Amino acid sequence: MITFTLNGSEQSLDIDSNTPLLWALRENLQLTGTKFGCGVAQCGACTVHLNGQAIRSCVTPLAAAQGSAVTTIEGLASTEGAMHPVQEAWVAEQVPQCGYCQSGQIMSAVALLEQNSNPDDAAINAAMSGNICRCGMYGRIRKAIKRAAGESVVGVFDPKANNPQEA
Amino acid sequence: MSNLGKWSRRGFIAGGVVAGGGLVIGVALRQGDRRGDVISSVTTDGDELLNIWVKINEAGEITAIVPHSEMGQGAQTALAQMLADEMDAKWSDVGFEEAPASDDYANWALGKGFILGDAAVPEALVPTVDGAFYQVAKAMRLQITGGSASVRTTGVHGMRVAGAAAREMLIKAAAGKWQVAESELSTSESVITHAGSGRTATYAELASSAALFSPSPTPKLKDISEFKIMGKHVERHDIPSKVDGTAEFGIDAQVPGMQYAAIKAAPVFGSAVASLDSSKAKQRVGVTQVVNLGDAVAVVASGYWVAEQALKDVDVKWTKTSNDGVSTESMREQFHNDITNAAADGTSTADTELGDFASAFAGADRILEATYEVPFLAHACMEPMNATASVNGDFCEVWVGAQNPLGFRYEVATALDLDPENVTIHQHFMGGGFGRRSNADSAIQAAMIAREVGTPVKLIWSRAEDMQHDIYRPGVSSKFRAAVAADGQVLAWDNVYHEKHEPAEAPVIPYAITAQHIHHTESPTHLPFGPWRSVDHSQHGFFTEAFFDEVAEAAGEDPYQLRRKLLKDKPRHLKVLDLAAEKAGWGEPIAQGKGRGISLQESFGSLVAQVVDVTLTDGNIGVDRVVCAIDAGFAVSPDGVAAQMESGIIYGLSAAMYGEVSVENGAVQQTAFHDYPVTRMQDSPAIETYIINSGEAIGGAGEPGTPGIAPALTNAIYQATGTRVRKLPVSQYDFNYRIEETAGII
Repeated sequence: MITFTLNGSEQSLDIDSNTPLLWALRENLQLTGTKFGCGVAQCGACTVHLNGQAIRSCVTPLAAAQGSAVTTIEGLASTEGAMHPVQEAWVAEQVPQCGYCQSGQIMSAVALLEQNSNPDDAAINAAMSGNICRCGMYGRIRKAIKRAAGESVVGVFDPKANNPQEA
Repeated sequence: MSNLGKWSRRGFIAGGVVAGGGLVIGVALRQGDRRGDVISSVTTDGDELLNIWVKINEAGEITAIVPHSEMGQGAQTALAQMLADEMDAKWSDVGFEEAPASDDYANWALGKGFILGDAAVPEALVPTVDGAFYQVAKAMRLQITGGSASVRTTGVHGMRVAGAAAREMLIKAAAGKWQVAESELSTSESVITHAGSGRTATYAELASSAALFSPSPTPKLKDISEFKIMGKHVERHDIPSKVDGTAEFGIDAQVPGMQYAAIKAAPVFGSAVASLDSSKAKQRVGVTQVVNLGDAVAVVASGYWVAEQALKDVDVKWTKTSNDGVSTESMREQFHNDITNAAADGTSTADTELGDFASAFAGADRILEATYEVPFLAHACMEPMNATASVNGDFCEVWVGAQNPLGFRYEVATALDLDPENVTIHQHFMGGGFGRRSNADSAIQAAMIAREVGTPVKLIWSRAEDMQHDIYRPGVSSKFRAAVAADGQVLAWDNVYHEKHEPAEAPVIPYAITAQHIHHTESPTHLPFGPWRSVDHSQHGFFTEAFFDEVAEAAGEDPYQLRRKLLKDKPRHLKVLDLAAEKAGWGEPIAQGKGRGISLQESFGSLVAQVVDVTLTDGNIGVDRVVCAIDAGFAVSPDGVAAQMESGIIYGLSAAMYGEVSVENGAVQQTAFHDYPVTRMQDSPAIETYIINSGEAIGGAGEPGTPGIAPALTNAIYQATGTRVRKLPVSQYDFNYRIEETAGII
């Protein structure tokens, strides 16, 4: 029996404790916001927080959660249901395309901002390089992180402010 | 030879489209009002179906029924904008839902149904077919999201017309109700007003009576100057669910009683199970069954992880095939020989023959020769292939993200020998499509496994399975010659390549070179091939635009200026090229170790120019900046177009820098992102997109950003390093050394 705190609530699971946390979340707890991408910690789609640290749940056994706090994408909103500022920034920058990687991207970004409230480009690269986005929304992710950090994005190319030219 | 076989579009059309007596590929079309056929599948109590593309309920909610899938391209929102604008609907009233997998939403119905009457099927509606699509097409059921076609075909010919027709029906209803002339009525924000009497009515109030009229196939459409919603930035409807984890992808389907399956297909395409020992796998707790699908083995268990672990314990022997000796090198050699021989013995097929070719080469001062190559590529969607299926007697349900849900329905029915009427596709969001999810392979597997085990089954491919059983972008070789006069004039362009699929015009160059000979041959392999973002443009964009820079150098011209010179009669091309060059600062001095490259590509009805800046550091190429200009006629959703350029560029950049599927002993070698690397945050350039609304016919956006990045990149690399990259990916080059691949100028 593995007991842990999941998105603020006590949770117990009586399954093989070698089961990767990813599959315990998705299949045993029906929290499907955390995604399977590669199963070998190369893509970041499965990123969740374990005691506030961003981890790859596809290679983390459930046993590692014993007595710990796990936060998933479903646990980011406030108890009143308001989006987390990082989620709001993601909407404002219209980040997702297919959206499949975005739970992991957001969890990595939230962990980054909790440790570094004003990350520069190098810090963003370091924290986000483990999260692949095949739709290639890296520029928008970078901007959304800066927006969430309260940093001015003036001077950064803004496609929404760039109105089409008439021929 | 792939079991999917070769195809040709001509054969495809002759096989059923044009020869069908006007009924396009078997879809039972009726001129005029087709509402009766679909009314039951898309309406619930209280809905009135105005026509097949829009419905209004009593609460005033207007729902666009969008016959395209959402894989991140934002087309559903753009299509809703087109409908809402023509309808004069209030944008906040407008939502959309994806059309069910029904014949009446087949793309062909759009071309030949009430929308266009008897008009010819537009070229863009001819899908970007490949062998896989052809199988679907043979079943005469197409509901494809691909070919960058959603906005420019469904939107232009469907949504706008439907919105305008709906508006006219509502006006008729109000005119009848108030006994006034239609010309005295105006519409705005989902309300009809009769100025003379001050009477108003909402669309919701009029919906029932409006539904009694037949929609006009030729309603009056708005002029661009009248657009209120088209061309404006609106937030995409699907985004909130994609930031809070609630968006349901195929892999998230939950079906009561569901088990989980992991699968391993024959490593060599064409091979089959020779023998199978599942005794050890079955000992693992949670494993219920091991299923032999003939060309694949699946383990079914109480959870995916258990199934995946147990799959490693299954001892499978595979049959030998004639392809067991195939390797990347053997295929390259085959391609080289086939194009060389076809050119030499005249068995190649011409795409373009212009001018006096022989005398152009005879009179040349310099003849340039080069061979370009691209490798096989995987799609590597973030969401590995998967499907959940349930089979009960003669009925089957499949939960999946599909680029062609209607085709999936028929393919699953065919594979299980079921009546298609009894197959239901529950469409989900796609975690990446890029062409890959036009193939129903995993849906068929899931259905076959579910039938075998008697419970619903969620089948998930491992990342390695996804890499090794893709429907690949083919590896292609393309050989060029160019003739240049002593004064620098480009006299002739000669190109022979293999793998001709779609779009047919992909190898055609826009430049005014008097003598041109572009021809192709076949060089089939056993790897299945299919559409990969921008399809044939993904290779020819690189080939032609990179070789063009070699020609420019031989002609003693700046590559941008030579393009300008040879495009002087194409003002639309020139404007796009000039805009990208100007925004990028073309002509400014470039520092040592840096490079700037340019490309121009016309594809899917849009023109895209790109300028790429690179820096060489310790032998490695870093991509600093990409400036992109696009003329897609009119950008219905400008930020959506910009997002598609950004996405298409990064997708193409991943391929250009790193992408290579390699084959040894007949089997694909790649398993994950360490041996199939893709662009990550730290490698991604700043991208600037500039949009031109030329007012020409609307073009696509999902694919046109992809083809131009590789040549602009390699052209920049040449300036930075002196090495002509003629073979992708770039990562195989060591730029500490200057590589001279071929003789170059003869």
